[in-house]
Amino acid sequence: MSGEMTLNAGCTAPTYHDDLRLVQGELDKCMKCGNCMAVCPVYSVNKDEMAVTRSKIAVAEAVMKGDLSMDDPEVSDMIFNCLVCKSCMTNCPTKVSYDRIALGFRAALVRKNGLPWLKKMIFTGLKNPKFFDVAMKAGASMQGIAFKGDRKMKAISPRSPFAMVGGSFGFDAGRKMPELTVTPLRDRVSEVVRPAEVKVKAAFFTGDSLNYFYPDAGMDLIEVLTENGVEVHVPKAQNCCGIPVLVHGDIETARTLAQNNLDTFEATGCDYLITGCGSCGGAWQHDYVDLFANDPVYKAKAEHWSKRTYDVSTFLTKVIQFRQPKGQVDAVVTYHDSCHLKKTMKVAAEPREVIRSIPGVTLKEMAAPDTCCGSGGSYVVSHYDTSASLGKNKAQDINQTGADTVSTGCPACMMQLLDNVSRHGKEQKVTHYISLLAESYRKEKAAVH
Amino acid sequence: MLDKAIVQRLQDVVGQENVLTRKVELVAYSYDATADMPHQIPDVVVMPTTSEMVQEVVKIARTHQIAIYPRGAGSNLSGGTIPFKKGIVLSFQRMNQILEIDPANLTATVQPGVVIAALNSAIAGHGLIYPPDPGTVATATMGGSAAENSGGLRGLKYGVTKNYIMGMEVVLASGEKVKFGGKTVKNVTAYDFSNLFVGSEGTLGIITQLTCKLIPAPKFRRTMMGIFSSLEDAGNAVAGIIAAHVIPATLEIMDNKTIRTVEAFANIGLPVEAKALLLCEVDGMSQDLVNTEAEAVIEVFKQNNCEYKAANSDAERDQLWLARRNALPALASLDNTCIVEDATVPRSRITEMLVACEKIAEKYNVTIGTFGHAGDGNLHPTILYNMYDEELTARVHLAIDEIFATALALDGTLSGEHGIGLAKMKYLGDELGQSGLDLMRSIKEALDPDYLLNPGKMIPLPEAVA
Repeated sequence: MSGEMTLNAGCTAPTYHDDLRLVQGELDKCMKCGNCMAVCPVYSVNKDEMAVTRSKIAVAEAVMKGDLSMDDPEVSDMIFNCLVCKSCMTNCPTKVSYDRIALGFRAALVRKNGLPWLKKMIFTGLKNPKFFDVAMKAGASMQGIAFKGDRKMKAISPRSPFAMVGGSFGFDAGRKMPELTVTPLRDRVSEVVRPAEVKVKAAFFTGDSLNYFYPDAGMDLIEVLTENGVEVHVPKAQNCCGIPVLVHGDIETARTLAQNNLDTFEATGCDYLITGCGSCGGAWQHDYVDLFANDPVYKAKAEHWSKRTYDVSTFLTKVIQFRQPKGQVDAVVTYHDSCHLKKTMKVAAEPREVIRSIPGVTLKEMAAPDTCCGSGGSYVVSHYDTSASLGKNKAQDINQTGADTVSTGCPACMMQLLDNVSRHGKEQKVTHYISLLAESYRKEKAAVH
Repeated sequence: MLDKAIVQRLQDVVGQENVLTRKVELVAYSYDATADMPHQIPDVVVMPTTSEMVQEVVKIARTHQIAIYPRGAGSNLSGGTIPFKKGIVLSFQRMNQILEIDPANLTATVQPGVVIAALNSAIAGHGLIYPPDPGTVATATMGGSAAENSGGLRGLKYGVTKNYIMGMEVVLASGEKVKFGGKTVKNVTAYDFSNLFVGSEGTLGIITQLTCKLIPAPKFRRTMMGIFSSLEDAGNAVAGIIAAHVIPATLEIMDNKTIRTVEAFANIGLPVEAKALLLCEVDGMSQDLVNTEAEAVIEVFKQNNCEYKAANSDAERDQLWLARRNALPALASLDNTCIVEDATVPRSRITEMLVACEKIAEKYNVTIGTFGHAGDGNLHPTILYNMYDEELTARVHLAIDEIFATALALDGTLSGEHGIGLAKMKYLGDELGQSGLDLMRSIKEALDPDYLLNPGKMIPLPEAVA
């Protein structure tokens, strides 16, 4: 057994994040039937079996046996060429948890070789939320130097000198990205937002994407909750959910971030935790439980919040009966299933129920709404060609519906959709589904006044 | 490792992006879906996109005497695509164009890499279907399923792959290309080459194009489930349905071990003491006819002491199908290794075969759950075991030997739909006798004298016999 598989010094309660040998049971479950091939977005682009989960498992088995070395760049490139969309897991007859295998491998790689310097710099920043906050705000005030704005789409594109450098990984002049905001979501609201009459208390985990890129959607989410008598707690001490560092194998940072979040939300005293992002919600429902599976203190905390975390659509439709909106919103909407919302949090019907409840809105389903848009967090940068190809397919499916608005429940998907409808689409409006409901409530109020 | 010059020649033929040589890429093509088989890493993976490219690759392989292993999605269950002697894996996954859909002649012409489900999606708008439906329709390719002569759940009424292949283009071991058959329903010109190459498992030629038969999609269906407290009653019900002249689209059976395992796995309310479960679906073009057939099936169920349920909506149908859909996943979750066999007996001997499988499980103290296609006698004794336990693995191998011996003793056959490949080659003489083996070798050597095409499958290599 080679050294990289074994523990970090001082780790007393290892999980598969700490000891690669603990994924052997998952590897053994794989029958190599190939059902994962039918749904793998990466395979759909290049038809190379190396992309498919069963092949990654075969390579992982070869590493465990010592036939391949894990720090062989071929091996690490292969393990990282995955959107972690979890489509394979939903189609797997024997329920192989490939996410655990991938995370175990990525963590083992980082244990052996350390993080590449760029990742290390960014992740260290994430671990210090105050420093990260200052950096993001500074970036926001300076974005005009490198990017030019597009008021209509609320988007920015790289200016020409930067576009020339960035063109090879998708940062060409045609790229649309959401504006970085000078005033993030958590600076716009007080820590407790009270409705006129409080029926229930819930804490809102904003995540970084809603905080820095889509604060308007975050505000909409708070507005919808308060409209329904929910006292919304938005603790300022919360930080990144940890998924972005976890998927790159930085377990130490992921645990630090998770611990701070667990402690911060415990202090709110709320019964529910609400998310507006499938990746963040998935972290609270599953990853924290796995990260602290053997931790004497945080295991209980993680399990506590795992059962109390809801996507806002589930909270509205299953936990409270949300008030049916009356304001007219004239839009033909198509809904994109975010992978982590549908495949990790199992949320698919609820956002549609919310969208259908809005007067004037017609929901037109696209072909294969749960096919990955190609975002995959930083995958869009590291594997731009594959990501762009998937994004283009998604834009074409959206065009087919004739919808004027594409809605989803994940900020990362929103970024990818924004770029691809501007390149290949008909400049459809990209929106979080919660913003449609907020708009309807606002119009309802305006009509009354 | 292949000589660099040979790899270069292959790249010249198919393009650099269609030749894979990195170690991790080769690992991805070193196995298929068959359990308990050795993996073998090929020297190179070549992904042609035209039949001319295939011809050129074959000529290069012939010049240098390199083995060629044609491969679709690698979802077969007989070790059929494992590159046993290294060499070239010829993957057809990028040669995947639907060339023509011809609703007037009810045919489609496709390249071999077209996925079965993709063909069915493309023809759905015409109200047509391509019926063969192996469990892996969402991944399996037309070329691979033709080479394996795949079956599926609808075999009893709709037949198997060989009943739907009307014409082909095949590249021979010589590098020559032949075309035969076509769009005519009737064609008795020359030998029936389609039936030679369908099911030949890539050992006689390389399929580069197929013309297949399509049929109008049945408009109506009814689904029923019967739960039996004795295997004998279930067997009599199968016979009774056929005696009533009903040919169901699907007539599936599950034994007690499978029922118990599915219930523990999925909690869908199956009675765990039941000895057998039958799932029956009738379909057709007229509601009246389908209803009449459904009533006849229910009548047979009643006569054979069973509890039955009939679905009255799509949601209820899905509910009845849950048990069958969960059969393999549930069994497979029992241990780390799952061998799915496909020993097949005449329909009238299904009960004897099921009883024999239970006895074999007891005799060797191994876990066997049996389910399968009762209507066509094609059973799937599924053996679950821990591959790290050598003593248990040895007992599993003995149990499998006895399952096949039993199927043959009951006038059955080694394989209903998975093929021979590597996995069942050793039993072939038991069914065919020496004269049958000699006939196979004569055909093989006439078409592929140098044993370049999928060598070591179906027919042992000459050096292995000598």
